[in-house]
Amino acid sequence: MSTMKSQFNLQSGAVINGKWHHKHYRIEKELGAGANGVVYLATYQGQLVALKISENGYTVTSEVNVLKSFTKVQGSTLGPSLLDVDDWQSSSKLYSFYVMEYIHGPDLLSFVKQKGEAWVPVLMLQLLSDLEELHKAGWVFGDLKPENLIVTGRAPRIRCIDVGGTTIKGRAIKEFTEFYDRGYWGLGSRKAEPTYDLFSTAMVFIHCAYPSRFSKDGRGLEQLTDKVKKHKNLKCYEDVLIPALQGRFKSASDMRQALLTCSYKQTRSKGNSVSPQTRQPTRKTKRKRHGTTGAIVVILFIGCIYFFYLYSQMV
Amino acid sequence: MKTGSLKQILLITDGCSNVGEDPIAMSALAKEQGVSVNVIGVMENDVIDEKGMQEIESIALSGGGVSQIVYARQLSHTVQMVTRQAMTQTLQGVVNRELTQILGNKQTIEDLPPEQRGEVMEVVDELGETVEMEVLILVDTSASMKHKLPTVKEALFDLSLSLNARTGKNKFALFVFPGKKNDVEKLLDWTPKLESLTSVFAKLSTGGITPTGPALREAITYFDKKRSLRNLISRDDDEYYEESI
Repeated sequence: MSTMKSQFNLQSGAVINGKWHHKHYRIEKELGAGANGVVYLATYQGQLVALKISENGYTVTSEVNVLKSFTKVQGSTLGPSLLDVDDWQSSSKLYSFYVMEYIHGPDLLSFVKQKGEAWVPVLMLQLLSDLEELHKAGWVFGDLKPENLIVTGRAPRIRCIDVGGTTIKGRAIKEFTEFYDRGYWGLGSRKAEPTYDLFSTAMVFIHCAYPSRFSKDGRGLEQLTDKVKKHKNLKCYEDVLIPALQGRFKSASDMRQALLTCSYKQTRSKGNSVSPQTRQPTRKTKRKRHGTTGAIVVILFIGCIYFFYLYSQMV
Repeated sequence: MKTGSLKQILLITDGCSNVGEDPIAMSALAKEQGVSVNVIGVMENDVIDEKGMQEIESIALSGGGVSQIVYARQLSHTVQMVTRQAMTQTLQGVVNRELTQILGNKQTIEDLPPEQRGEVMEVVDELGETVEMEVLILVDTSASMKHKLPTVKEALFDLSLSLNARTGKNKFALFVFPGKKNDVEKLLDWTPKLESLTSVFAKLSTGGITPTGPALREAITYFDKKRSLRNLISRDDDEYYEESI
């Protein structure tokens, strides 16, 4: 548990040899350490991979079970894909590990901080599509939080990286984090149901607007409703966030639909009353567009003259 | 697979015992009787001294349980986590033993190739979801714990919430030490829901002594002796099969 970090002090350059499959992984650096093990960046035959190693073999087997069942979901981008499972005999002990695809990118909060709030609803729409697939396959993600969400690729796409909390529907949630847990806020049970993930999704959304989070004051839903209504970035998503906190959406796709409706409404209202801050950039782009159309007209004009010139030469 | 119930004592304290039997010996006694002992050390501004820490760790170690030292504000999350972790640990022990029965030659799950471990893990998960749990909570109410009790109460509600999300049944009992007259006092008899303890903490009087050992000894006697999962591990094979099939 708390001693986990000291257990694996694997330095860059250390080599992990698989006992069963005889593959060699070269450790590059530590990516993160949690209660259930440490994740390292490693290379295998020149390719970057993520390698999770744990003292507890059961943890590894359990997470591998989840990842394996993900690969059975068609076209899934839910978790990282599983590459290998093996044991490593260190000088003192036998450790279990698994190797997965390395998902490279900033976590959700850093991404939003860098690229702007406008990304939040977009990424949440992506997340909700993924959750819909996951729920259909009979799983609930459980430990949904910004640290477990990575935004990756040139066309930014949200991905979940830690499947430690992923639980079969109907069982008790395996792992959770208080702020995103409906039980903590007194708003529901810890049973693995789609509504559990939708609550966490709403809390992740709220967290993006309040980067330093806040703690509960005992008023439950009332406090969260206040937080949503008082923040300009959240207020317009009230019709998505509040029902999600109350567990009123039956499925991730229902919540997704509501979020789409909200975004649509928002763009329309923005179009009707342009605020001073947004006017500046729109004008700029307009001017640019004028510039490009002007250029096209000039090119066409010159083209025509040249054509006539050529035509007159031929005759 | 039909299983017995899984028995745990959860000791919540903030320091060292100073009266009566050695709590580490009492914890070992609990383990012998099929009850695992988990300990949570609660700090606030005060730091638990070296001796206290050592005692907390040793009690859990000899009681076959899990220990953790936390600040009061992290208590809720820790209590449910420690309880679940101890549960899984016990179940893994049971399943490992069953594997040894099947495979022979002292083989455990680590001797199976990784591909074949998945199904074994399914069994552990399934057991963790369905096993009956008996958790006896033992709260230190000596003077220094007084202002931490509201946090303790909240953590126990949270535990109830976590365990009651499972399909398996739960029974909780709550004891405090020192009691008004004896070393230990029962506040709540076996109940499936901890929510009923709303008012019980209010009327506590906190005393100066910390009789952790005697409190543990007393707590063990409150468990139903008939069916215990942990016992299965240390008993004869025949009996084990009888219980588990």
